Amino acid sequence: MRPAGIVIGLLLVAFCLVVSIAFGKQAISLSEVYRSIFEFNGSREHLIVRTVRVPRALIAMAVGACLAMAGAIMQAVTRNALAGPELFGVNQGAAFLIVIHLYLMGGVSGSSAIAYAFVGAGAAGLTVYLLGTMGASGLTPLKLIVAGATINLLLGALTQGILVFDERSLDTMRFWLAGSLTGRSTSLFAEVAPYMLIGVAGALIMGRQINLLSLGEETAQGLGLRTGLVKALSLLAVVLLAGSSVAIAGPIGFVGLAVPHIVRYLVGQDYRWVLPYSALAGAALLLTADIAARFIVPSQEVSAGVVTAVLGAPFLIYLAQRRA
Amino acid sequence: METVRNRGASFVLVLSALAALNLLVLLLQIVLGDFPIPAAEALHALFGAGSERFDLVVNRFRFPRALVAFLAGAGLALSGTILQGITRNPLASPGVLGLNSGAALAAVGCMVLAPGVPVAMLPFAAFAGALLAALLSYALAWRRGLSPVRLVLVGVGIAASAGAVVSFLLTFTDLAQAKAAVIWMSGSVYGRSWEHFWPLLPWLAVGFPVALLLSRSLDVLQLGDSLATGLGTKLERVRALLLLVAVASAGAAVAMAGTIGFVGLMAPHLARFIVGSMSRRLLPAAVLTGGLLVNAADLLGRTVAAPLEIPCGILIALIGAPYMVYLLFKKRNQ
Repeated sequence: MRPAGIVIGLLLVAFCLVVSIAFGKQAISLSEVYRSIFEFNGSREHLIVRTVRVPRALIAMAVGACLAMAGAIMQAVTRNALAGPELFGVNQGAAFLIVIHLYLMGGVSGSSAIAYAFVGAGAAGLTVYLLGTMGASGLTPLKLIVAGATINLLLGALTQGILVFDERSLDTMRFWLAGSLTGRSTSLFAEVAPYMLIGVAGALIMGRQINLLSLGEETAQGLGLRTGLVKALSLLAVVLLAGSSVAIAGPIGFVGLAVPHIVRYLVGQDYRWVLPYSALAGAALLLTADIAARFIVPSQEVSAGVVTAVLGAPFLIYLAQRRA
Repeated sequence: METVRNRGASFVLVLSALAALNLLVLLLQIVLGDFPIPAAEALHALFGAGSERFDLVVNRFRFPRALVAFLAGAGLALSGTILQGITRNPLASPGVLGLNSGAALAAVGCMVLAPGVPVAMLPFAAFAGALLAALLSYALAWRRGLSPVRLVLVGVGIAASAGAVVSFLLTFTDLAQAKAAVIWMSGSVYGRSWEHFWPLLPWLAVGFPVALLLSRSLDVLQLGDSLATGLGTKLERVRALLLLVAVASAGAAVAMAGTIGFVGLMAPHLARFIVGSMSRRLLPAAVLTGGLLVNAADLLGRTVAAPLEIPCGILIALIGAPYMVYLLFKKRNQ
């Protein structure tokens, strides 16, 4: 059953990719899409496909997959249903440091922006984790939420502080901060892609260890797992996955929170399956959100980040009603 | 009897000290700046007998700005005190429950989609936004009773989606308006004057006395629903009225001074530390503390890096976040 599901998931992602490339302000027929890739003739439509639609679809796919995997890892390691790159401040931390980078360098480009995003993602995530786990009761949902909300508010205020003083940053960043997939730089995508691949591969390899960790710290230790090492590697994977996603597409929320829940509902608690399924479902979700974003407001494109946030908030509320 | 009278006396003393501090900061707000004004001249100008040179700066710019800062802080503190009381959760605040974000969404929506809307209408829009957020939080978190965890979670969810729509609205408009909206969102009283003060005043002039009148019920509510009902409190009606006051004061404050976080959280805590947790004393002390916080932050932000102005909301976040961390640390074993 489960391997068959992977095949279905791959087909679903492929279908979303094709739809994402073919539909938009200007609909392009499938045969034309095919020809623009294999028999490129330099026409307007072929240019649109090659320079706008294909990169955008690939970025949506990669970012969706990475965020969902990051969320799945975090929920397993913290054993907390609310964990995810949003509430842990990982997205906001990466966003803050990228805004700083832009302010200092005058433009988001190159490997240094990616390094900034990694530092921000890691520092914010670690801070919230440490704040949330203080005390005898460990990581309770209330402590996690309050610690996360505090760090998110602080980082948000600091980010706004920079944008207030630097009009040029504001002009560049406001589209990026809204989590829009329009006009993202392909060269930056090429630079983050290796980190994303390392993160995805690492997470898939660690499936068994993450499984053990999701049983609880003591059980995992009893079964001979070096929990400290696995936690550190998990953090590294989360930083690579979420940091590179934010670097390329801005802080897109709720994919990382919601997708692992849906996937666990479908395939159970075994993280060797939850992780690949999350990647596929996250990719399909963000591709769909990005397609929907083109059509919601006729005159203007809504950003994919807004679509996922508006879809995701009811999901968080649903979780709150069930678990707390 | 002796101790009660003593405590009453010391409460009056504390309140007077807070008021005096507020007046001192207010005076400093008028005196200090790019264009320093001698204190005597400032007082003359305040009472309508100043020279023309100073009159404009004092009465048109600095005095009303300081008043708006005070009222905004007071409103957020009032809201936070009530919310912490009715949710019985010391970590509740207008920010965490999504009131600020609801108000921000409504106000930014007005600024971006209908730029012609007069300033005096913004508190109404913000009030409506905050009210909607509060009703949503309350309704969605209600499930055979109100659990604080659920309320906070739902609030975070509402805040997140409102925030996403706000960042979308920022991409919808031209750069100048986006900049105005970002400054406003970071929480600033830059350029606030009488046309902001007068629309703000009535919301608090009504809300604060109502809250004081209900202060005994607010105390009783904190004992828990069943006990409060047993003591004869008309539970739902009182709670709804208090919530309305909390929403109105936060909404009006946010409309005029932007989303200043952490004041609604910090001010009640600091006040409780000084005067104890009885609401009749806590409310006035918290309101004065909140006003003092925002006014002092604005004074600092205006003078410390002049001619640059650091929005007071950012300075307060810089103080507020560590304070919150400290609270989390203190309550880590609960």
